[in-house]
Amino acid sequence: MIRIDAIQKQFGDLVVLRDVNLKIEKGEVVALIGPSGSGKSTLLRCLNVLVPPDAGRIEIGNTRMVFGESRLQLKPKELAEFRRHTGMVFQHFNLFPHMTVLQNVMEGPVTAKKMNKQEAQELAMAQLEKVGMSIKANDYPSSLSGGQKQRIAIARALAMEPQVILFDEATSALDPELVGEVLSVMKELAAEGMTMIVVTHEMSFAREVANRVVFMRDGVVVEDGPAKQVIDHPKDERTKAFLSHFHANEH
Amino acid sequence: MYQWNFSWLWDNYDFLFSGLMVTILLSAAVVVAGLILGTVNALGTISRHKFFRIISISMIEVSRCTPVLVALIWIYYALPILIGVEISALTASFIALTLYGASFYAEIIRGGIQGVDPGQYEAGEAIGLMHGDILRRIILPQAIRKMLPSLVNQSVINLKNTSLVSVLAIPDLLYQGKLIALETFRPLEVYTVVALFYFALLFPLTMLVRHLESRNSVKH
Ligand SMILES: Nc1ncnc2c1ncn2[C@@H]1O[C@H](COP(=O)(O)OP(=O)(O)O)[C@@H](O)[C@H]1O
Ligand SMILES: [Mg+2]
Repeated sequence: MIRIDAIQKQFGDLVVLRDVNLKIEKGEVVALIGPSGSGKSTLLRCLNVLVPPDAGRIEIGNTRMVFGESRLQLKPKELAEFRRHTGMVFQHFNLFPHMTVLQNVMEGPVTAKKMNKQEAQELAMAQLEKVGMSIKANDYPSSLSGGQKQRIAIARALAMEPQVILFDEATSALDPELVGEVLSVMKELAAEGMTMIVVTHEMSFAREVANRVVFMRDGVVVEDGPAKQVIDHPKDERTKAFLSHFHANEH
Repeated sequence: MYQWNFSWLWDNYDFLFSGLMVTILLSAAVVVAGLILGTVNALGTISRHKFFRIISISMIEVSRCTPVLVALIWIYYALPILIGVEISALTASFIALTLYGASFYAEIIRGGIQGVDPGQYEAGEAIGLMHGDILRRIILPQAIRKMLPSLVNQSVINLKNTSLVSVLAIPDLLYQGKLIALETFRPLEVYTVVALFYFALLFPLTMLVRHLESRNSVKH
């Protein structure tokens, strides 16, 4: 359902993605792990074309984008449309502070998709219900906790009815006691069959919820396999080193 | 001891009042036009197209590095020679004051826009919004709240600057005052009243700035 072919990206002289290839099936939950600076965020942002890759191909459902020679032809309108197929959840939530919770969730359907307000409101309320935040629909984000904000950010992504949701360290900015509520929402989405790519440092979550774990380092995919296998019995030395360092830090 | 005498005021009240109206209307026109041009130039300075950036930055820098009085006189006396068209004193004043005000508005607006967390722009992109919608619905509403005190403050300065147009014999508050003073030989009283009129116009605005500033500091 999602195909990433030979994606390359560099910033100035810094090559961040060398040649990334991935295929993800509908309903799969993929945990993307790797050391800081390995290019995980950049890969997610390329998938959502927040950052257009220098070369390669991305296919999501029936839409496809080719980068490289034709890069100059990317039209803002096509990019915006492409982004509507992917939801993105950021580390720092990035809710719109001047809008109520409900308006945050309605913004995409109303302004990007031109859905009528009534319909958008029903859709938004349903998504807020799903993340357990419908009682806060008329509050402003500034009055909410980090965990609540992130659940609303997830509802905002869901309201676009995307084919895949990308999570970039969605729980890293949260106080430890608030991580659980966000992970449990993500777990529910996974159980409902939502396709998800999750950049995370929560190894137990990756092991338990993800179907697959992809380990990246220095802009390439080093190891890719079933979650339990990669985490419990990594094959590549670099994956072993990363995970052992991780376990060492955990205790 | 100086004998204050305000009896002239009853005869010249209309005259002074018409000057006040000119000052208010000119100020309003300069603020509105300046805000429009300032917004356009602010967007120009952060445009992705180099052409727009160069145009806007040039316009801003030329305007704010020229004293208003010099700009007034240059546009009224020198520009017509260059373009071969007479410019009325009022038009020249309007242009000079607007350009000057707009350059400062533009910098305030640019700062306000760039002060909004870049994550806000990305979040807008991520839900599939186009550049214009992101600016209009997400960036500007947040930026305006932050820059409002500075914009009102700059408007206070713009209003004060309108007093310079009396050098081109535009019958504003100060110019009318000057005529009355010459006629009545009461400069102390007349100019005191003129100053009080300006104060009465400006004081509510500076109070508004204080109010907006305190509101922003409570919010964040
Ligand atoms: N917009 C950018 N401009 C320049 N360098 C960037 C940019 N975004 C990311 N980088 C660099 O790319 C590298 C990979 O970053 P990132 O994808 O955020 O890694 P990760 O998410 O795995 O920690 C880092 O060295 C980072 O400094
Ligand atoms: Mg990252």
